[in-house]
Amino acid sequence: MLSYIVRRLLIAIPTFFVIVTACFFLMRAAPGGPFDAEAPVPPEILANLRAAYNLDKPLVQQYADYMVRMVQGDFGPSFKYKDFTVTELIAQGAPISAQNGLAALILAIMIGVPVGIMAALNQNSRRDYTAMGFAMTGIAVPNFVMAPTLILIFAIWLKDTPFQLPAGSLGDGGVKHRILPVFTLSLVYIAYLARITRASMIEALRQNFVRTARAKGLPYRSVVVRHALKNAMIPVVTFLGPATAFLLTGSMVVETIYALPGIGRYFVQGALNRDYTLVMGVTALSAALILIMNLVVDVAYAYLDPRVRYDQR
Amino acid sequence: MTSVNLASPHADALTDAGAIEGRSLWQDAWRRLFANKAAVTSLVILAVMAVLCFLGPTLLPWSYDAIDWDHVEGIGPDMESGHYLGTDSVGRDLLARTLFGGRISMTVGLLATSVALLIGVTVGAVAGYLGGTVDQLLMRFVDLMYSVPLTFFVIILMVLFGRNFALMFIAIGFVEWLTMARIVRGQTLSLRNKEFIDAARAGGAGTSSIILRHIVPNVLGVVAVYVTLTIPQVIILESFLSFLGLGVQEPMTSWGMLINEGAAEMETNPRTLLVPALSMTVTLFCLNFLGDGLRDALDPKDR
Repeated sequence: MLSYIVRRLLIAIPTFFVIVTACFFLMRAAPGGPFDAEAPVPPEILANLRAAYNLDKPLVQQYADYMVRMVQGDFGPSFKYKDFTVTELIAQGAPISAQNGLAALILAIMIGVPVGIMAALNQNSRRDYTAMGFAMTGIAVPNFVMAPTLILIFAIWLKDTPFQLPAGSLGDGGVKHRILPVFTLSLVYIAYLARITRASMIEALRQNFVRTARAKGLPYRSVVVRHALKNAMIPVVTFLGPATAFLLTGSMVVETIYALPGIGRYFVQGALNRDYTLVMGVTALSAALILIMNLVVDVAYAYLDPRVRYDQR
Repeated sequence: MTSVNLASPHADALTDAGAIEGRSLWQDAWRRLFANKAAVTSLVILAVMAVLCFLGPTLLPWSYDAIDWDHVEGIGPDMESGHYLGTDSVGRDLLARTLFGGRISMTVGLLATSVALLIGVTVGAVAGYLGGTVDQLLMRFVDLMYSVPLTFFVIILMVLFGRNFALMFIAIGFVEWLTMARIVRGQTLSLRNKEFIDAARAGGAGTSSIILRHIVPNVLGVVAVYVTLTIPQVIILESFLSFLGLGVQEPMTSWGMLINEGAAEMETNPRTLLVPALSMTVTLFCLNFLGDGLRDALDPKDR
């Protein structure tokens, strides 16, 4: 197992550098720069600015400098948020994104998986159809539709009722401000988890080992939980790996609409402002998280499915 | 020569048996699809939606970008002035804009899915049929692409190279082909050793004609399901870009852009949010139901 992890890391690390390199040269290849202000800047000031941000050196030199510093955890100064380094901005935004993402992930697992199991155990019943109808709603309604609609309902139409909820921003930091963003974030994951759990549970319940377990007289509950569910979790884990990476790196839509200062919103603003270093920093962080989560998923397989043996390959 | 007199009472039954035609996979699938109420309803709604979006804007009294200076404050439905669903806060007809936005969203959905389809089927079929080093290389590349935050790259592309309609659907297509390639490769692997492929090879067919005429037609069922489920994803991605202000440019519009505009004025004029949001949601619902219906029709194992 250890040698497998090492081998995977040997692939993941070059992948990470390929992604960052592609991103770096893509941004430098683009027409227009971060200092294309509306009012033209005198050439001397522009030259000073470019020198200050290390943009006056040859491209290869810039790339080498950037890579060396990035490995040390320094993503350079932000082009637009003066006085802040990208590392500082990410350190500010990441906890907010991660808290919301984690809350949404827990909510999604707590609702999605049980609903999927319930639907599978009552296949083709009215309960199954109702649950899958709701799941379809979660998939078909994108979050940039759901978020404004929820704000319209809970912050505008239900204003001055006990059901009123604030339309985002951190406000006084109370839990109430997180309810709508977390719910919006988790909805699509609840839906996918319910559908995946249902499908793989149905598949698992038809397997021979489940029939054997029931034939030898084990209680139904233990057959469902210990035999079927454990095997049904493999596709769920496959889905959860990348989903966790996406949730933790923040949602651009949810953070933009609810005005949460997380890294998803920083990325959007950075992209719109051509804040190269900020965009690079967020992209690198999320690429690293996706790579790590994919590795975690593959290791988790071995625990869930004893047939998966990485060492003997 | 006189015909043989078939005196046996079974003879008639035998002639009848000859008249019964075998049903192909596709005929069976169609029958199952049309028995699925949700899928048929979705198909009808989608057809109506498509006709409305592609013909509607030309039939309405107001154009999607015309400003009605008498109603710049954003009015409710008004039959007299021809604003059947009212106007937005700058006096543009909401129905015309929603239908025109739908036309753009659906066009991008179809074009980007075609790009994804073309790349995905080619890569998947070639990798699966040739196997060996080619397969290894292509599939490792797909694996690598899976760990790239692709949405980020699409956004960076749209920011850097301008809001260009062609770039948008090509970029989205390049994001969505990965799963298609994996699915097609898996199918191709199981087809590769079938007798009819051996027969084609023995008959002297070249690699490209085996892939094009024997492999591809046989993976179309799975591909059709996946295409139906990719179109809504593409529409969501396009609308997401437009929502961020990176999609199509004014005065053109799409559902995402309309939802963004509607969200800005929902406190005073919630219709501008709800009309495009509802149109888009209904379309996405129908595409998902149709995709599920197609999957059940082509692969009835789980029913």
